[in-house]
Parts: sequence; C-alpha cells; structure tokens
Amino acid sequence: MLAIVFLVGLASYIFQLRDGLIITDMDDYVSWGIYISNFVFFVAVSLVGSLISAILKLSNAKWSIPLTRVAEVIAVSCIMFAGLIIIVDMGRPDRIHYLFIHGRLQSPIVWDVIVVSTYLVISILLLYIPLLPDLAILRDKVTDIPKWQHKIYSFLSLGWVGSPKQLNIMHKSVKGLAIVIIPIAFGIHTVTSWLFSTTLRGGWNSTNIGPYFVAGAFMVGAAAVIAVMYVLRRNYKLENYFTDELFDKMGRLLVFLSFVYLYFNINEYLTPAFKMMGGERDLLRSLFIGEFAPMFWSTQIIGMVIPIIVLLFKKGRRPLPMFIIALVVIVGAWFKRYLIVIPTLFFPYLPAVEQYGLPTAIEYYPTFEEWSITIGSLAGALLVITFLFRYIPLIGIWEMAEYQGIVENGEIPTKDAAD
Amino acid sequence: MKKPEDKKNSRRDLLKFGLASTVLAAISQTPLSASVLRKKEEEEKVRLLSTNGKLVEVDKSEVTKVKWDSKDNSTENRDRARKGIEGRKWVLVIDLARCKHALACQDSCNKHHHIPGDRQWLNVYKMQDAEDTAPYWMPKTCFHCDEPPCVSVCPVDATYKRDDGIVLIDNERCIGCRFCMAACPYSTRVFNWGEVNDSPEVQAREYDPEIGLPRKMGTVEKCDFCPDMLRQGKLPNCATACPNGVFFFGDKNEDTVTNGNETFRFSELMEKKAGYRYMEELGTEPNVYYLPPVDRLVPFEKCDQQDKHDDEEHKQ
Repeated sequence: MLAIVFLVGLASYIFQLRDGLIITDMDDYVSWGIYISNFVFFVAVSLVGSLISAILKLSNAKWSIPLTRVAEVIAVSCIMFAGLIIIVDMGRPDRIHYLFIHGRLQSPIVWDVIVVSTYLVISILLLYIPLLPDLAILRDKVTDIPKWQHKIYSFLSLGWVGSPKQLNIMHKSVKGLAIVIIPIAFGIHTVTSWLFSTTLRGGWNSTNIGPYFVAGAFMVGAAAVIAVMYVLRRNYKLENYFTDELFDKMGRLLVFLSFVYLYFNINEYLTPAFKMMGGERDLLRSLFIGEFAPMFWSTQIIGMVIPIIVLLFKKGRRPLPMFIIALVVIVGAWFKRYLIVIPTLFFPYLPAVEQYGLPTAIEYYPTFEEWSITIGSLAGALLVITFLFRYIPLIGIWEMAEYQGIVENGEIPTKDAAD
Repeated sequence: MKKPEDKKNSRRDLLKFGLASTVLAAISQTPLSASVLRKKEEEEKVRLLSTNGKLVEVDKSEVTKVKWDSKDNSTENRDRARKGIEGRKWVLVIDLARCKHALACQDSCNKHHHIPGDRQWLNVYKMQDAEDTAPYWMPKTCFHCDEPPCVSVCPVDATYKRDDGIVLIDNERCIGCRFCMAACPYSTRVFNWGEVNDSPEVQAREYDPEIGLPRKMGTVEKCDFCPDMLRQGKLPNCATACPNGVFFFGDKNEDTVTNGNETFRFSELMEKKAGYRYMEELGTEPNVYYLPPVDRLVPFEKCDQQDKHDDEEHKQ
C-alpha cells in the first residue's frame, strides 16, 4: 500500500522532470508551494532523534531508553526525505552539483545544505553505532534466517565481539555524538526558518521564527514517536516494553512541548496583530478572518489547544487516545507549515497584476502531481521506517538489558555469543 | 608516573617559546611596518568606482582583479556579462506624472526580449496608496538595487551585481531554487515554469545573459536594463518606446538622464521634482527613482490602454 503511493509519487516526479514545474500550480507569485512546506515538515519531524537520543539521554531521563531506536529511525528517514523533497522543488535538479562547485557561503541555502547533510551523517551514526552489539547478537543467536541475511548482519556488525575496549569506544562515541547532535539539530531547523526570515516579506520577516520552528518541531516529533510506538506495540505485542507508563510519560512530554509551542505561537501572531503594520496587515487578516482562517484556526485549536487539554488528563494519556491525538498533532503540524510558507506569498508589497497592470487574484491549488509527490514522499518515509524495523531490533537489546539491570555495561550477552 | 610530568614540562616550554617568539615578533615588527608604510606613500594611486557609485582612491598594489569562477562551459558572452560596462553607473528615473498607461514600454520590452504572453518583465501598476488618495499608474522595472536581496540569497552566484550597477542573471548557472523570487520584495522575478517556446531563430542563438536569450526551462529571468542596447550606445527599449517620455535613463557618474528627447541633470531633476525611491524603508537602495504624479499630462480616468482593455473584455 505504502509502496503503491510512493510509486505514484515517483511517477509524478518523472513527469515533472520531463515537463518542468509547470505541472504544479505554482506561479511567479506563489513561487514556493507544498514541496517547500513539506520540506519544513520533514526537517521538523527529524528533530525528534536529537530530542530522545540526545537531550533526554544526557539529562538522565532513563525512561526514554526503549524509545531511542524508534526516534533515531524516524529521524534518519525524515531527514533523508527532506533532502530528496528539496531536490524535487528545484527547477534544475541536473545542476545540483553547482551547490558544491559554485556555492556561496552568504546564502542561507548553502548553510542549510551544510547542516542538513551533517545532521544526516550524525543521525545515521547515532542509529548505527548502538546497533553494532545488536547486529552481533542477530549474527550469532538468530539461526532461522536466510543465509544472505545472516551475511549482511555479520558484515554490518563489523566484527563486534563485545570486548571491554569495543564497549568503551562505543559508549564514548555515542555520548560524543549525542552532545554534538544537539547544536546541529537546533541548527537545521533554525537555518530552515532563516530561509524565510532572511527575506523582507510580511509574515516571514520575524526574529521569533527560529525558536518558533524548533519548538514546533519538537512537538510534532514527539507526536510522531508516539504514533509509531503505538503501531509497533500493537503489531509486535510489545506491551512489556512500550508500557502504559511509557505512554503516560510521552504524553506529559508532549503536553510540555505543546505549551512551549503555544507560547511561541502567541509571540508570533499576537504582537504583529497588535500593530497591524502595512506589509503584514492583509496577510494577518486573511489568516484570522479571511481565506486562510478555517485552516489557521483548525491548526491552532484542533492541532494544538485540544491536544493540550486532552493530554492534561490522565485518561487522555492512555495509549489509544494518545495515538489519536498524535495523529491529529501530526496532520495539524503539516498544515501549519503550509500556513507558514504559502499565505505570505499571496501578499506581495506591490499589487498582483496581470498583463495590463490590472489587479488579479493570486490563487494556489496544488495539482494532483504535487499532492501525489508530497504524499508519496510521506509514504516513502514510512516505508523506510517499516523496512528498517523489519530487519533490525526496534528496541536496543543491550541498552534495554542495561536499563533493566540484567547486565552491566552490556557485556555478558555479546561476550557469550562470541564464545 | 613520568609521563604527565613530561607533558607539563613540554607545555611550559611551549609557553615560554611562544611568549619569546611573540615578543620577538613585536620588536621586529615595528621598524618593519614603518618601512612598509613609507613605501606605501610613494606608491601609485588608482581611482576606482565602487558599486554604489563613489569614487575611491587606493594603492595600485591593493587592487586585485576579481576572477569569477569559469569552471563550467563559460563563453565570452557570459564573461562579458559578469563584468559590466566600465565606468558606468546606470540609473532610471520614471516620471509618474507623464504615464498614461499606453503600455508601449511593455510591448517593446516583450518584443525585444521575446517574452512569452504569460509573464512581463516590465509592469505598469494601478496604484492607490489609500482609499481617499488619487490613483496613478506606476511603471516598474527591476530596481537593480545596490543592496539586492536576490543576490544575497542566491546559493550559486547565478544572479550577481555588476560594476555598472546592473543586477543580472546567468541562466546557465541558475539551479531554479527560486529563493531570489521569495527574497525580492518587488515581485520582479519570473520563472520559466515549463518548456520554453522561443522561436527556432532565438533558440539557435549563442546564450547571452545581457539579453537573457535563449531562455531555459527551470531558471529565473527578469528586467535587465537592456545592457545589449547600452553597449551600442542606445537607450533601453522601454525608454525609446514610451510616447510620453516617462523613462529617463542615464549614467549617474555623468549626472545625466535622458528620455531621448529631453535631457536633464539627474541631481537637478531629483531636486526640482522631489524624486524618491519606492519603499525606501526596505533598505535595498534601488537605482530606479520616481517623480511623483503631480500636474499630470492626462487624468487617470482617461488612460487609453485601460479603455482598450475594457473593450477587449466586452468583445469576449
């Protein structure tokens, strides 16, 4: 199912490569569309990797250990698709190497290329290095698998035997990476927000936009982890690991992050609304009471305020209601990014005109191809997540063993296996 | 046990050595720098024109020729289009009092640049600043800003600022990210969204950024002040075509602007007619100036092209 959706998106992209971006509904006014808002969405979700496996880990919040692998897998697949979707938006994808041979450091796009690729590499390492002992276990203990799969495991485990030296290196490098990834994670989303705030356009011309983006990203990322966690728990019967208590904790975390985001939303909209300055007045009106008002208030109320209220109650933090809330938050977050990117382009400083200089209406209705590429990319990200979880343990085996106090320093199981 | 001791010692040595060498450098530096200074005084001076039109005098040794990257299949045209026309600082003055929306500027621009019907490089806006203020027509080209936001955001140096003030696009370089379109506050830039419909003759031409032809799918384009005409010593097409003499084009260094019939001192025109720039508060420092729409040639309501357009609409 996911594969079909993904392939439809891929087919649409092939048409786009042939005919150009004309197959989208973008024009010279709305020159960035849902590809860009989808890019922002992907970058946002990918931030969760750093939240769970770095921030919570370093702050000694041990309860989040069973979620580390889930968060890292989400982060890697989302940042991968963020990179792909931005190529989809390019008018000349054949010239992508120009970014490296002609890149100019003064352009925020070049900053974004640098931080996003760095984040991708570190996220992959943060997923892969703690996976080594698990791959060794799979290599040594699991026998009922095809030979090729066994070969891949033994190749990928890089001769892991679980010696104290190896463990030491692993612990050190994971800790180092966890520290490094925090500024990079803030960096990717702040720089992404600067793609907008470094312009002179109404609604984007805001100093609040960096933290506003980062706060929103942590919120949607936590929701993504909850959603994936629920599906995994149901499909693989993991009630012992993804416990009700864990859901409760994630619910508390999501409420906290939602409050932070609410705070930044108030900052982002209330102060300009108080002033109603020339360049922003029409934009704000259309968001509050005009064309974009239904979407705006839905994302604010259904996508943020209602989840906060539900999650404040203990009953609201049980797995099923949390799953539903998480989905609502994710959908709301996607449309929130639509509202950040697109309405600004509807309100240029000079009036929108057609050939004779007479006013014309700016319109943007994403075409079938745009939707299919966008939805295809979302399906692709889910596909990568499910693919990875089919072949790797979705909870760190040694991490969990350490957490539950079965072993110290994760030595015993792998050492046994090596013997 | 000995190891850390050694380390400490070596660090101390290093410190000592570092200190000594900096002192040495400081002592030796004084006479050295003085001699350099003296030498500089004798050196030949060069007068240069900065991009914002100021004449500056610098030592000849400080001048290094800027080479732009020509790794990719660059041609003579593209190299020339990077450099600009030496010693010039182009400026355009648009007299709003004279515009009656004849749109001859737009037609000639479209013709010269073979612009397809779905876009304009030059637009004439119907402006009305507030409900009770008078409406007027405002022709708008690219402003060729001295602080161009489009150039700042371009990741690959595809759009650039030349010595003569023109902001140009190299469509062999453009990657089509459209960041410049989002960054330009004046909606000046247009994009080749689909397959290009240039005529076979145009497509057969060698690419020249100074006219922007032949165009390429997936790249940005915009008004270029017609540098190909300027090289021939002619005015841009909009200025020549306008029947009402709205467009005064010229060189700020010469302090002269002309619409083909009348010639003024740029500074005098600014002073007498209270010239201004559109949205000065954005800090982009445009090179296009406006003269306010006072004592108009024709009242706003009687502008022919609008009637023509209305007629066309009636016919449909």
